[in-house]
Amino acid sequence: MTEKTKFEFLPHTADIKFRAYGTTLNELFENIVLAISSIISKDQKISTKKGKMISVSGDDSESLLYNFIDELIYLFDAESFIPVKAKVTLMGFNLKAELFGDDAKNYKDLDSIKAATYSEMFIKKNKDIWTAQAVVDV
Amino acid sequence: MFNKMTEINKIDENLYEIKKHGKMNVPIRIFSSEKILDMIKKDKTLEQAENMAKMPGVVSHVVVLPDAHQGYGACIGGVSAYDSENGVVSPGQCGYDINCGVRLLTTNISLVDFEFKRSAVLSEIYKNVPSGIGESGKIKLTDEQLDDVLNFGSKWAVENGFGISRDLQNTEDSGCIKTADASKVTPKAKARGRSQLGTLGAGNHFLEIQKVDEIFDKEIASAFGLKKDQIVILIHTGSRGLGHQTASDYIQKMERLYGFKNLPDRELACAPINSQLGKDYLAAMAAAANFAFANRQIITHKIRESFKKFFPKLKIELLYDVAHNIAKFEPFDINGKKTTLCVHRKGATRSFGPGRLELPEIYRKTGQPILIPGSMGTFSYVLVGTKKAEKISFASTAHGAGRVLSRTSAKANLSAEKLKAELKANDIEIKAGSIKGLLEEAPEAYKDVNEVVRVSHELGIGNLVARLKPLAVMKG
Repeated sequence: MTEKTKFEFLPHTADIKFRAYGTTLNELFENIVLAISSIISKDQKISTKKGKMISVSGDDSESLLYNFIDELIYLFDAESFIPVKAKVTLMGFNLKAELFGDDAKNYKDLDSIKAATYSEMFIKKNKDIWTAQAVVDV
Repeated sequence: MFNKMTEINKIDENLYEIKKHGKMNVPIRIFSSEKILDMIKKDKTLEQAENMAKMPGVVSHVVVLPDAHQGYGACIGGVSAYDSENGVVSPGQCGYDINCGVRLLTTNISLVDFEFKRSAVLSEIYKNVPSGIGESGKIKLTDEQLDDVLNFGSKWAVENGFGISRDLQNTEDSGCIKTADASKVTPKAKARGRSQLGTLGAGNHFLEIQKVDEIFDKEIASAFGLKKDQIVILIHTGSRGLGHQTASDYIQKMERLYGFKNLPDRELACAPINSQLGKDYLAAMAAAANFAFANRQIITHKIRESFKKFFPKLKIELLYDVAHNIAKFEPFDINGKKTTLCVHRKGATRSFGPGRLELPEIYRKTGQPILIPGSMGTFSYVLVGTKKAEKISFASTAHGAGRVLSRTSAKANLSAEKLKAELKANDIEIKAGSIKGLLEEAPEAYKDVNEVVRVSHELGIGNLVARLKPLAVMKG
């Protein structure tokens, strides 16, 4: 999978809409981290010298995705952590992720995400590719 | 894209209606010119308004304002009112950025004096008002202090030296919504907000130093303390991460308790107003709103300090502070009966006419000031609230220009050099975190604010008082 096919941004009038892709659900969630990272870092190069483990659960796949994005936003706002990439292990609607990234204080010109939303959200499998779509409030 | 088969009937000049159909409980009234309606039809605004009209307990009609655009769940520039006994409260219809709002400060500095020191003043403000993105604000709060901010809002700020008591009078709800309860805000939301008090944020939030460019209503402008060529300062920001997390947390709680399968959109998760969860949300929302009032109050203080360095005889007064994203209980006349409704305003400004006791005494004769920021680098407007708005739009009018171009297409299609040259040609100085952020907020990405306020004025839901032209802009 090339960088370009891991995730992409789609037009949305007010907010940011993206799609992430993966051959497995684990890879799908790992690529969602790349999309969120691209928004926050504005595509600057961010070091991966810091690590963080998170666990997230949901009642269904959409709420798992919502809570996952919510947790990434929280880490940036409350713990000043910019996620860059992740190793995700999914079990049902629970996931564990090892995140790699850096302290936001080492960078200028970052963007913040206000919130995850359920707007236009889906996770589905088409042929062998998983696709997730989400809109985040910025 | 809106379903073209659905009929949109013109019922008056600048007023359109979508009749109740399908699962809608009430009709939709669109307050818009034909030109704006054509833009509104291009995204999901009206589809989202139809979903709002399907909500349980919604009363009379859903209002779509002239700056409306697609949001998440509910459209931005949308108002819906719920029966305070049998209705619901829905966080997605108050907006994620709870009490995102605007305040306008007036100064006694002459235009010439300001222009002479413009760059230095702008740099000083840029230094003193952090964006709060990837950096902490300068105020460190203990748990108890954060709870006090949430319970007391601007009152806390003024008592702790960030402002003067007159500021409180001239803030919606005196800057302190009394029903707030800090204990209803989750630890997660508090953790996000803790280091963000007194910060501007990114996105469409900005600070602008402007001059009063034109007066449309001399009498009201004078009552508001505005005169031609006066230097004024506009602050646009909200409750930062704390408010956003509060909305997310309660959307989750509500869908867990009440489900979402029967709702037209998962984002419209709601709880009965009188349920424990409904009450908890309203208390948490009020606390987040107080955080936003305190945030704008502290930024006001920082601006006063920054200006004072250059203008020792300076006087900066708060003209008014309005909320754009909030739910409030207000009495309305419904079919000849006085009824208290829970009005959800998302990207909408309250427009109370003369006589309302909720208004500070100085504005009870005129109606409330309405502050409508344009997009970055374009005109902003001061309007005045009307009795007619109370009758036809749940006392609401527009809140800004309203986007037409997505952030991605703005970045892809607009040029940074051209934007900079345009700002320079219009004599606007700018300080911003990044050029990408600037492009996303370029004037071309927004509806024409002049058209938006013209429609509001012609409809009489918010009447023109003054136009403000930007001289210096700071973006996070």
